[in-house]
Amino acid sequence: MIPWSRLLSNDLPRSRILAVFLIALMLALIVGPFGFTGAKSLSICVKILIFAVLAASFDLLLGYTGIVSFAHTVFFGIGAYGVSIAIVHMGANWSAVAIGTLAALLLSVVLAFLIGLFSLRVKAIFFSMITLALASAAQTLAVQLSSVTGGEDGIIFRLPPVLMPSFRLFDERVFGIFVDGRVIAYYLILVAVALMLLAILRIVNSPFGRVLLAIRDNEFRAEAIGYPVVRFRIISSVIAAVFACLCGALLSIWLRYAGPDAALSFEIMLDILIIVIIGGVGTIYGAVVGSAVFLFAQGYLQEWLKLAGAKLAGIPLLEQLLSPDRWMLWLGVFFILGVYYLPSGLVGMLRGTVAATAPIQSRQRRRLAFADRLLGRNK
Amino acid sequence: MKINQADLIPILIVPALMLIGFLAIGSLSTWLTLTIAGLAMGMIIYTIASGLTVVFGLMDVLNFGHGVFITLGAYLAVSIFAGMHGFLLSPDILRNLLAIGAAIALAVVGTAIAGAIFERLLVKPVYGDHLMQILVTMGGLIVGEELIKVVWGVEQVNVPIPAFLKGVFAYGDFAVEKFRVYAFAVGLIAFLGQMYVFSQTKTGLLIRASVHDREMVEALGYGVRRLFVGTFIAGCALAGLGGVMWGMYQQTLVPQIGSQMTVLIFIVVIIGGLGSTWGALLGSILVGIVANYAGFLAPTFALFSNIAIMTAVLLWRPQGLYGAAAR
Repeated sequence: MIPWSRLLSNDLPRSRILAVFLIALMLALIVGPFGFTGAKSLSICVKILIFAVLAASFDLLLGYTGIVSFAHTVFFGIGAYGVSIAIVHMGANWSAVAIGTLAALLLSVVLAFLIGLFSLRVKAIFFSMITLALASAAQTLAVQLSSVTGGEDGIIFRLPPVLMPSFRLFDERVFGIFVDGRVIAYYLILVAVALMLLAILRIVNSPFGRVLLAIRDNEFRAEAIGYPVVRFRIISSVIAAVFACLCGALLSIWLRYAGPDAALSFEIMLDILIIVIIGGVGTIYGAVVGSAVFLFAQGYLQEWLKLAGAKLAGIPLLEQLLSPDRWMLWLGVFFILGVYYLPSGLVGMLRGTVAATAPIQSRQRRRLAFADRLLGRNK
Repeated sequence: MKINQADLIPILIVPALMLIGFLAIGSLSTWLTLTIAGLAMGMIIYTIASGLTVVFGLMDVLNFGHGVFITLGAYLAVSIFAGMHGFLLSPDILRNLLAIGAAIALAVVGTAIAGAIFERLLVKPVYGDHLMQILVTMGGLIVGEELIKVVWGVEQVNVPIPAFLKGVFAYGDFAVEKFRVYAFAVGLIAFLGQMYVFSQTKTGLLIRASVHDREMVEALGYGVRRLFVGTFIAGCALAGLGGVMWGMYQQTLVPQIGSQMTVLIFIVVIIGGLGSTWGALLGSILVGIVANYAGFLAPTFALFSNIAIMTAVLLWRPQGLYGAAAR
């Protein structure tokens, strides 16, 4: 008997519907290549997997530590480019993948540490502004260093033969499909994602995670009890960077490509934010649920918008509002509404806890903050 | 706002940089051209950034959507220019001025109204919570940018320059574009206007007092909330004015211009210290001058010069140049 509860670090879904949804999602993703034959549905599955971890690691920052980083995609990009550049220079073998990933991890850790050291000492809002500036600088850098990164075009590369589509594990079909390199890559990603999610659950439910929550809820008090706030925040942002970097490496392995739009663009950052908000801040499960819901919608919403747009052709303003090119507009509107009206996301809704874990200030917290201010203990 | 007498060192950076720039460039005429271009760019940036930093100082509200007002201002001006094309290209300066005046007026009024709506819908519900502010105003930036795309399209638009601002002032081998002088002048007027409001009017006094100690001003019976809304709207209008000038400075316009500028403004505000107007002025001029020098000396580095200045300043003063003084 597998100790399920311990595997999940005793942080269970705590809602029957949520548990059923997660199990169904898990089964669907495990069946993946055997169930969905289309290339599009399989790539949506992979994106769901990778974004689940990416968003969960972001949730570690937003939901557990109470800081907003806009540089999460920078680490994602470092991971993607790390693997790609190593393979381009060392050939398509496993040691290149390993060295590329390790170098990317090292760079991510150092960079995240430096960013934290620079900006988290002052104010949490400083961190957001500086990471925003760095994210844009990283994008410029990736485009400008075209001799290394391939500029706007990015890098297309080959993988170790085992992961290439031409590879066959068995000569026969298994359950109706050939088990080719793509299928192996898919399961590689699935296992890696499962392990990383369990690791993140372990981290947030450890004593370290409790301290993060304390800092999120009341920085002043956490410091007073004797926890060095800045150090904990820096460690948390380094951990998040490590997971983002690994996600980037996995994505580039799946796409056999790394480029500024696929790995560094601000739209990915926005996707992560929306996934975390939709799913539920500070729950980790929210990242998984949000990723599934959002990427499913993203895969099909644009088609629905196209249908709606076709019906409205001829009505000047509405036609443009509903054109598939403007789907970011609706994403933004959903995002704002989500922050306002669904502060604890889908998971919070299913669990029946309203705003208990969300970053929104409850009345009690506001009162405490007011008391702190009266006593001159301002931030 | 008043400079701490003992803290003049940051101000000395500007002449020091100018001197280093002069030594590196070597030619007086090139140096003068670049310096004036840098000052013009700095004043435009300051016009935009000042609203952001005062609002932060006043209410602890950081608007990640500030950039959308730059875009809106610039596009409103372009619409006026398109409508008054004849006025703009006529050799008569008065007609030129009329067109520019109309463009600036529409941009300022338009962004002020948009700012009031933005404040009511997005900023007011999330007072006192930085995390929520960041998320919601960021959402506002995206929605605003997309709405601009809906109205004006996604294609790049050319910004026409009025006839009297075309060409250069030339004295010997020293030449400077007329538009830059004008941009510097407008920026300076906006700055002096702000200084006047801050130092000579009761509203300015209240704003300064509230930045210093909000509770005390409230306790004395003044509505800081109303003051804040007014400042927020004024800040948005200034961003709109800056947008008009930035559009003309760049001569082309894309809907993403605002979000690109946001990064630059944040860098300026971080360099200067959150909430400090003097810091923002100093930061803007630093960024403007270094961008122009670097663009001439090492074009690839110019793309990262802002980040480099920011890093250097933060290494020296983690709170920004005047960070501690403002709070």
